[in-house]
Amino acid sequence: MADPTAQDVLLEPLVKNNPITLQILGLCSSLAVTTNMQTAIVMAISVTLVTACSSAAIAAIRNIIPSSIRIIVQMTVIATMVIVVDQVLQAYAFALSQKLSVFVGLIITNCIVMGRAEAFAMKTGPWLSFLDGIGNGLGYSIVLILVGFVRELTGAGKLFGITILNPVTEGGWYTTNGLMLISPSAFFLIGLLVWLVRTWKPEQMESE
Amino acid sequence: MEHYLSLFVKSVFPENLALAFFLGMCTFLALSKNVKTAFSLGIAVTVIQGITVPVNNLIFRYLLQPGALAWLSPELSEQDLGFVGLISYIAVIAAMVQILEMALDRYFPALYNTLGIFLPLITVNCAILGGTLLMVERNMTFADSVVFGWGSGFGWAMAIVVLAGIREKLKYSDVPAGLRGLGITFITVGLMALAFQSFSGIKL
Repeated sequence: MADPTAQDVLLEPLVKNNPITLQILGLCSSLAVTTNMQTAIVMAISVTLVTACSSAAIAAIRNIIPSSIRIIVQMTVIATMVIVVDQVLQAYAFALSQKLSVFVGLIITNCIVMGRAEAFAMKTGPWLSFLDGIGNGLGYSIVLILVGFVRELTGAGKLFGITILNPVTEGGWYTTNGLMLISPSAFFLIGLLVWLVRTWKPEQMESE
Repeated sequence: MEHYLSLFVKSVFPENLALAFFLGMCTFLALSKNVKTAFSLGIAVTVIQGITVPVNNLIFRYLLQPGALAWLSPELSEQDLGFVGLISYIAVIAAMVQILEMALDRYFPALYNTLGIFLPLITVNCAILGGTLLMVERNMTFADSVVFGWGSGFGWAMAIVVLAGIREKLKYSDVPAGLRGLGITFITVGLMALAFQSFSGIKL
């Protein structure tokens, strides 16, 4: 990449170079939180913030990190950011942080954060790295929120906990699809999403 | 004894780290193209998981838990070091991986050559940190954590080997162009996850 502009850095990861559907990064911790919109959005915001801040911090000190211990240094910066997020959530949204349980902590090992630090922030200045973090975080958020939307709507007939499709159990007409609330559905949805994106942008197809 | 057996089976099948909790997905999808690689990675993950979960359990019980420092001196019994948890666990994992790497290099060069390149990757594998965090959240005893560590590592290894087997066969099938590679892999993993869920009713 020769001197990327701020716009490229911010917008490329949204669809064209989406971290989830193309780079296979960052699936690890977060698909389990997509059973409803609320947790999906909180998770999306947390990951975006952590990626942006840690990328900026690492970019700022990139010239003084010895390359032999860079992984540990990156880890420490990221872990610190995650602890901040975790503490803030526990202080201001305790019920939500209980629901997210271990998955906030797992942002540390979310490959997007680490991947951007290693691939981008180590080579670029803090401002662009910050935008790159935001961009990748948003690319990730789009997928997370889409999956969360479909899963909560079809699985429970609700959005943000508010009933949209009145379920049969409460005297309505909509038979809830329990499959959508357990883990396999997230894989199916992302598989289909990948298919959709690649049909739209054929250059992303793999020649296997 | 029954308790431990049941915990083991539970951590291998219905609570499989990869298929029920989505942990270690990046490596799970990226390195499952052939059985041999998947197998080596699986062993490495099992060993690291089996060591780090119990070690982190000791750290949690004797250093970080609220009031855990009481054994040092009574004044410290009010301390709660929970907030440095994440950073300590990840440091333990990184250190363990490094030690294992050096030990293998020194004593089992043949094994080191097969596993070598995967070991650094394991530090950032969410299955390892996830295992530790689940252990802390469920407040397991030391013996429980040993069983849980090995069980969940074994479950993850089994899942990746099975997926690699399927993907090797998938090469010969006629998959729609847009689904090829990543897309069909996701759907395969989804089906596997569904199959593993069916073990959830088993009680030993």
